[in-house]
Amino acid sequence: MSKRREFLSGIRDELPILLGVTPFGMIYGVLALGAGLTPLVAQAMSAIVFAGSSQFLAVKLIGTGAPPVVVVITAFIVNLRHALYSASVAPHIKRLSPLWKGLLAYLLTDEAYAVAITRYNVPYPLSPNPSGDGMEDRGQHWYFLGAGLALWTCWQASTAVGIFLGTQVPASWSLDFTLALTFIALVVPALKDRPAAAAALSAGVVAILAYGLPYKLGLIAAALVGIVVGMWSETKWKRSG
Amino acid sequence: METIWITLAVAGLLTYLIRLSFIALLGKWTPPEWVSRALRFVPPAVLTAIIFPEVLIRDGQLAPANPRLLAGVVAALVAWRTKNVVLTIVVGMAALITIQILLGS
Repeated sequence: MSKRREFLSGIRDELPILLGVTPFGMIYGVLALGAGLTPLVAQAMSAIVFAGSSQFLAVKLIGTGAPPVVVVITAFIVNLRHALYSASVAPHIKRLSPLWKGLLAYLLTDEAYAVAITRYNVPYPLSPNPSGDGMEDRGQHWYFLGAGLALWTCWQASTAVGIFLGTQVPASWSLDFTLALTFIALVVPALKDRPAAAAALSAGVVAILAYGLPYKLGLIAAALVGIVVGMWSETKWKRSG
Repeated sequence: METIWITLAVAGLLTYLIRLSFIALLGKWTPPEWVSRALRFVPPAVLTAIIFPEVLIRDGQLAPANPRLLAGVVAALVAWRTKNVVLTIVVGMAALITIQILLGS
């Protein structure tokens, strides 16, 4: 497949996901202004950090006066999962130039990864290469680029729309509640098994108990406890069958 | 104002380095199994750690009887039954506004 066709298919396959991403970007923009960020800072965060959930959390923490180091640590923990995506795509793009690698790393979001990895995992029907390790890049990086750029553009644009709405909406509308609702919508389907539910519940309880901790450290404490409880219960339940 | 830009720059740089990590290592090293196991629990833990205080604490005090908790439960039911993000947010907001109107607050 030609570069152009790979690029355009990447964009096309990303489109359905953009429908779901657009409201997130808009809500982020509204919340960012509600937390006291200027429109420029709110938009810059979408370009510089470019990671939805960590931006929501950063805005929340900044709005409640948490110190910068807590904002940074929280963003770091939440974004650690991208290391898995990095490890997953690394063998496929190892022969690309440093410039390509640098660019694709920047575009490596949940949504771009989800689409791009499916392209790499599809066997290439036109030129089977039985001697290879199945990891060769035959132009799929253009597909990756198309998917990544489509998501990037959508995220920046929906942030801008949210920022605009944020300047129009009065505080009495309780729009800050959309943060909790967004996270509820994300977390409920993720509670697929008992260890995940145990992680969520323990983190929630610790977050309440540790709410009074200084510097908003309760969130980090709760996250770490949840992760440990999740791993521990996974081991325990696996053993007991 | 300077502080916020430094915060953005550091958070952005760290996020970028996480994404670049294994790509830069040329795929020579893969994360140990326990790391992937741990990372699976990051989303449920972090998201719930935000949700619980949002719906249970008002004005710094534990307040189990408040409109946000009820609206949150309604939203959780919608999320569970439909897995639809937009619908969850819309129904949750509608529930909160309805409860607030009924309570006259």
